[in-house]
Amino acid sequence: MPYLRIIVKRLALLLLVVLGVSIITFVVSHLIPGDPARLIAGDRASDEIVLHIRQTLGLDQPWPVQYWRYVQGLCHGDLGTSIRTSRPVLEDLKAFFPATMELALAALILATLLGIPLGILSAVYRNKWVDQVVRTLSVTGISTPAFWLGLLLIILFYGRLALLPGSGRLPEGLDPPTRITGFYLLDSLFTGNRATLVESFRHIILPGFTLGFVHLGVVARQIRSAMLEQLGEDYVRTARANGLPKWGVVFRHALPNALIPSVTVLGLALGDLLYGAVLTETVFAWPGMGSYVVNSIQALDFPAVMGFAVVVSFAYVILNLVVDLLYLVIDPRITEAG
Amino acid sequence: MASLLSIEDLTLEFPIYQGSVRALNGVTLRVEPREIVGIVGESGSGKSVTAMMVMRLLVEGSYRVRGSVTLLGRDVLRAPEAAMLELRGSQVAMIFQEPMTALNPTRRVGGQMVEVIRLHRRLSRARARAEAVALLRDMHVADPERILGNYPFELSGGMRQRVLLALAFSCQPKLLIADEPTTALDVTVQRQVLLLMREKAREKNAAILFITHDMAVVSQFCDRVYVMYAGGVVEDGPTAEVMANPRHPYTRGLLAALPDRTGSRGQLEAIRGSVPDLTRLPEGCAFAARCPLAREACRQRPPSVVTDPAGRHRAACWAVQEEVQTP
Amino acid sequence: MDTVIANAAPRAGLAHDLGYLWYRVRQSPLTMAGLAVIVLVLAVMALAGVLAPFDPNHVSLEQRLLPPSGAHWFGTDEVGRDLFSRILYGSRQSVSVALFVVPVSGTLGSLVGCFSGSIGGKVDTLIMRCTDIVLSVPSLVLTMALAAALGPSLFNAMLAITVVRVPAYVRLARGQALLIRELNYAKAARAFGGSRWHMVSWHVLRNAFPPILVQASLDVGSTILIASALGFIGLGAQQPTAEWGAMVATGRNYILDQWWYSAFPGFAILVTATGCNLFGDGLRDILDPRLKGK
Repeated sequence: MPYLRIIVKRLALLLLVVLGVSIITFVVSHLIPGDPARLIAGDRASDEIVLHIRQTLGLDQPWPVQYWRYVQGLCHGDLGTSIRTSRPVLEDLKAFFPATMELALAALILATLLGIPLGILSAVYRNKWVDQVVRTLSVTGISTPAFWLGLLLIILFYGRLALLPGSGRLPEGLDPPTRITGFYLLDSLFTGNRATLVESFRHIILPGFTLGFVHLGVVARQIRSAMLEQLGEDYVRTARANGLPKWGVVFRHALPNALIPSVTVLGLALGDLLYGAVLTETVFAWPGMGSYVVNSIQALDFPAVMGFAVVVSFAYVILNLVVDLLYLVIDPRITEAG
Repeated sequence: MASLLSIEDLTLEFPIYQGSVRALNGVTLRVEPREIVGIVGESGSGKSVTAMMVMRLLVEGSYRVRGSVTLLGRDVLRAPEAAMLELRGSQVAMIFQEPMTALNPTRRVGGQMVEVIRLHRRLSRARARAEAVALLRDMHVADPERILGNYPFELSGGMRQRVLLALAFSCQPKLLIADEPTTALDVTVQRQVLLLMREKAREKNAAILFITHDMAVVSQFCDRVYVMYAGGVVEDGPTAEVMANPRHPYTRGLLAALPDRTGSRGQLEAIRGSVPDLTRLPEGCAFAARCPLAREACRQRPPSVVTDPAGRHRAACWAVQEEVQTP
Repeated sequence: MDTVIANAAPRAGLAHDLGYLWYRVRQSPLTMAGLAVIVLVLAVMALAGVLAPFDPNHVSLEQRLLPPSGAHWFGTDEVGRDLFSRILYGSRQSVSVALFVVPVSGTLGSLVGCFSGSIGGKVDTLIMRCTDIVLSVPSLVLTMALAAALGPSLFNAMLAITVVRVPAYVRLARGQALLIRELNYAKAARAFGGSRWHMVSWHVLRNAFPPILVQASLDVGSTILIASALGFIGLGAQQPTAEWGAMVATGRNYILDQWWYSAFPGFAILVTATGCNLFGDGLRDILDPRLKGK
């Protein structure tokens, strides 16, 4: 059963990755000059307080011991406590995760809805002007600094045209809908709350587009590349020799076969979007994991940064697993051949 | 009776870095209804390109072409794409060398056959499927229902070629073009497929244009043969005659290299030298560098075609010309 | 079709290969455009001193936050410095990051990778596991964390980006090394007694070069983006040095009224990265064997 083998392999990798990530971030966070205990206590705290904090947090222990305690904590799902918010990092991340996920999904939907057709056009009209335009667009997308694009959109749609809001998930004074999934759009839909539905939608447009624009390029290029590969295959020649018109060949033969390997890329794009949201969230003051981590970095709050890295790496490996399994399901060559 | 296919002085080039590759250099050939015509030559002789041009399957814009190709009365080089679409798969069908990769690997055979059948004939899905079953049965496939439900990778090479043949004949084509259809198959299967092709073509009154590098197959299978070298036709005529009495040195060389001819103890003779660079074809005869009979004229001017008195057996060679002129 | 082309007699020689490369590059307008942008940016970087109308650090408080005009093409910042000049000089920060990071990480990573692939065995496995782990940490976050830990400065930013980039090259080079090991002619060379290290390194490096080159040219663009992202959050080159990302960040405070402050530096980032990516893409299209033909 290929499924089982893949799951086991991925889980083993997961363990390795989490371990490795924790080591890396641990090492990095201990590179910082300065005293974390003093950072927590504040500049004006007395030396006794600093000492007390150091002892409580075990910061006076040798590194390997500290690391071991951290790993033990990880096994219990304890990611440490944020220096900045003084809450468990896991709690912080749980609170901010849905916002980031909602944004990432919105961006992914946009990127695929626009990216796939563009990629198809680009492949079918290879080297003609359509291809050049799409490729320029794709490359521009990938080359755009997300934080800058976000700012431009804010200037235009919020500053000049006053059409869309410039920050946050909801306007001041409007309470979020009852939390079912944490996704404002879905929760509003489920609870029939029209006001928050409309406002959530208005607030997600700009950041969603900003984040999605970059990945539009990634998707278009992947589809183009996969389509070009399929269009060069023998079965396409057979189909044409049998009289199938060009677009028939494209949509009924080449595209389905091109999507199969592309699933991997698209699935992983979601992972990229999750942490790529970092800068977009900052610009739009979107209360997600991204802004959280940037604030943490600027405050040198390393438990929080470490926690974020561990969580996202974890999510990435799980995503890989899901994508691999999906691949098994949709490619008949693998399932049928057993 | 007009020819099914008539190619006149076809010259085709692919532009590349620093020049162009002249794949075809003045090719002239004909296929009459119900004939089996072979094109034989080695890799690079232009035989596959010729076949692809009959149905205009090459990528638009990747080549420059001169001459004419007339298929079933239509000017292929100038016809609109819609006209070509109508021809392909219905009145003219083509099968290729690699049955292993010729079918879409992620769709079942039945679906692919039904799609092609419904493209050219107005049948419901169920009727088209029944038709597919009948076609497979006609190709001597046992248990065609099961085959329709299979994916291509579940079938052997020979079976896949039968499927492709069934598809080729599905719309009663007048011409079947087969580009090395048996080269990638086992020897035993090769013979089966060839016999099947001939049987069905005769049954359905179709002509076959058969492309191969294998002279032995040609001698058993084709009524007429064209021998191609470096993009040009060097000799053509009824197979029996060309085999018995090859006139062009290249043809002689090919035949001399066949194991059967040299007897059990003779040595296999290879033609010395190698194929010319198609980006820099010589001014004279393309074969001159390798030809045992080459003379001054061969290097200077491309040879003109010499026809035998019966008018069916032709060769493009200065040596042959001289032979004819000096009684 | 392939057999027809293959009959063209092979003409060897580095000059010919480069000529062919140039021919292919010339054929693609997008790649040429990318190249033009790269040349332009390099020129700006070199000639900033000559091209800039003002001293980028010249403070002039009466002239603060002026809109674009004949005198100040891109306007001025909050202490009256000419933005156009600052952007010209800012090219030095961004481009030097790329010029440092890509060759260093590329060379280091390739050497380690070739070594790893050629040696094989436990050492190879160990190195690959380490690479896998580093690659599974989201690179942006790791870069930021590392840069923050090392302290905000241009050099630390360059270091952080380099460190995070190396594993990708290690993996790439190792893959090529493994391929080469299996090739018959390498085995033949071994049979003829060529010293193992010499043969392996020469063949490996020569054949691994195209994919590594492609990866490197693609990396230039993303390095510039990451460097400006670091600048945006305050890591990287510090004031008063002009750095594009940092300028966008400062400009954020004034975006509603003085839109030009954030717009122009960001646009410079966009143009530079686009040029590098276009060229890198074009190069990849040319050198990727799978996309050849038709």
